[in-house]
Amino acid sequence: MNDMRTMDNAVLNETKITARDVHVHYGTTHAIKGVDVDIADRTVTAFIGPSGCGKSTFLRCLNRMNDTIPGAVVTGEIKIDEADIYDPRVDPVQLRAKVGMVFQKPNPFPKSIYDNVAYGPKIHGLARNKAELDEIVEKALRRGAIWDEVKDRLHAPGTGLSGGQQQRLCIARAVATEPEILLMDEPCSALDPIATAQVEELIDELRQNFSVVIVTHSMQQAARVSQRTAFFHLGNLVEYGETGKIFTNPEDSRTESYISGRIG
Amino acid sequence: MTDIPQSGAFPADRPAPKGGSLLVTDARTKKRNRAERRFKAYGIAALGIGMLFLVALLWAILSNGLTAFTQSYVQLDVPLLEEKLDKDGDRDPAKIAKVSTFGYAPLIEQALTDLVERTGVETELAPKALTKILSSSAAAQLRDRVLANPELIGQTVSVELLASSRVDGYLKGRVSRASLARDKNLDAEHLDLIDAWRDAGLVEKRFNWDFITGADASDSRPEQAGIGVAMLGSLFMMLVVLILSLPIGVAASIYLEEFAPQNRLTDLIEVNISNLAAVPSIVFGILGLAVFIQFMHLPQSAPLVGGLVLTLMTLPTIIISTRASLKSVPPSIRNAALGVGASKMQAVTHHVLPLAMPGILTGTILGLAQALGETAPLLLIGMVGYIATNYPEGVAEGFLAPNSAMPAQIYEWAKRADPAFYERAWGGIIVLLVFLLAMNLIAVLLRRRFERRW
Repeated sequence: MNDMRTMDNAVLNETKITARDVHVHYGTTHAIKGVDVDIADRTVTAFIGPSGCGKSTFLRCLNRMNDTIPGAVVTGEIKIDEADIYDPRVDPVQLRAKVGMVFQKPNPFPKSIYDNVAYGPKIHGLARNKAELDEIVEKALRRGAIWDEVKDRLHAPGTGLSGGQQQRLCIARAVATEPEILLMDEPCSALDPIATAQVEELIDELRQNFSVVIVTHSMQQAARVSQRTAFFHLGNLVEYGETGKIFTNPEDSRTESYISGRIG
Repeated sequence: MTDIPQSGAFPADRPAPKGGSLLVTDARTKKRNRAERRFKAYGIAALGIGMLFLVALLWAILSNGLTAFTQSYVQLDVPLLEEKLDKDGDRDPAKIAKVSTFGYAPLIEQALTDLVERTGVETELAPKALTKILSSSAAAQLRDRVLANPELIGQTVSVELLASSRVDGYLKGRVSRASLARDKNLDAEHLDLIDAWRDAGLVEKRFNWDFITGADASDSRPEQAGIGVAMLGSLFMMLVVLILSLPIGVAASIYLEEFAPQNRLTDLIEVNISNLAAVPSIVFGILGLAVFIQFMHLPQSAPLVGGLVLTLMTLPTIIISTRASLKSVPPSIRNAALGVGASKMQAVTHHVLPLAMPGILTGTILGLAQALGETAPLLLIGMVGYIATNYPEGVAEGFLAPNSAMPAQIYEWAKRADPAFYERAWGGIIVLLVFLLAMNLIAVLLRRRFERRW
């Protein structure tokens, strides 16, 4: 993908996630300081920024994974399709079926490839019988662009795959529950360049069906895969806009310093 | 780029390489290498001392204890006279049972006298004194045999009767003619008889299953004592410990590790669990005495109570090892499960627990092994002393009837005066160690079986 195409694709779809005045505290640390952002549907949105700027923390607010961290307090309002996900009536378990997540390090379950993908659909009751489950697994593995590599060894352990394959398996596992949003926390940081290229290609395909939010340390990656980019610095959302614009003509001096390599 | 010298030589103002040639070891490095070699030597010496003690221990146990697994028997032809055992001749079991061991003693005396005559050994011993060769349980053994099979009455049967502990000790080299001078249980003349009979094949040592399967015997009959019933007592205790401590321990660990909030209260609980693991076991014994026996009025000396006390003692061990194995499951697995929308409970039961299973099982088995070898708490709830006389009848009695346990039985034997019991104590230790080794082996096998990588 070149920058030209990125520019072409920067069509604004309707808003999927709305965040208003989001603050996150870890004990005495104020990690996120009032972030407002609108994330569009069927778009890849990249969060960039130096280490410790709060981009991963903010990402983890979107599926309430921060709930699992003791001492984390989230305030403000995050709406997905007009529903406040921090409403007391929302069960985070249900939310996470709708908002899938891919982690920094590939983390397949120490089970077979098939069981890795089938686990989500099984616990959410998405399949009524074995045949349906097989179908879901195949579809997810195809979407994860790994089907051809593993179709002959679905019952081999998922941990036996290479790093890049494992990460694509994790993506397949995440899409198997038919989420609407896919959160990716530095999905390529543990991968070599070839595996990274495969995963990036996959992310671009996933945009057809999902709203993808990706946290990345690599600005080139953000430029390659995303249509919109948000730059975080010290817990603030400094600048948010079309990827092409952020990288070619940033408004804020801090953004410019970061993308030109002077800070971070 | 201009300041890089074009020629291969160093510029003149560059300092000479420090420390001289790499081919010569400098003093500092030599010193470091010496320190390293010394440290290795200390380690090897420590290991060597440890191995030496282990060998000494094993040698002591085996050399003292293996003799407990053999026992001397005397082959005797006993005339089971009808007029003594069944006067009416109608083989009525009730009437035969009325004849006590006193009725059998003269028959054995007679058999011994006959044997002396038949083997042609000169002896001045009176017929009465001859019976010292046999265990004082010989008459009871014979009686049991007749009661089990009344058809034998009227015949002369060839029976193998337990030799007395002194005769047994003589055959095992523990008792000598010199030591008998101070012993009124046996005389040197008896030994002459034994020598002759041994040569004739009438007295022999063979493997003693009764030691492994039998019950304890009174102070005067060490040759009859066995550890079997105490083994059963230990088994029932271990069942109680396993059934109670595994679910309670695992549930408590999972709650503390995965669900409990981090606050003062849970910190306090954690600290106290660690403290409980270090509490001397006798404290648990007195707690069991106060709570289970004095307050709840559970039966004394019962394996149920012993099991409850040992459960209290084992729980901290199981909780600590279970928590450690839960901690060792990488958080990425929990994240992965939560990320696809599993509930916390599902993440734990589907993913974390199976991965922690080898550690949990190993910890549990090691906890059980520790409980199996525990003696002190049993002292306080009365599971020592001469209580194990017979096998319990059925499961309920197994849990509730007074019994002993293997380590308590060993302690009891070691305490008794007769040196024959000392041999049994060592033998009991061998049996106990075999059980402990077996449990450790099971732990290793389970760990291998369930081990998975991630």
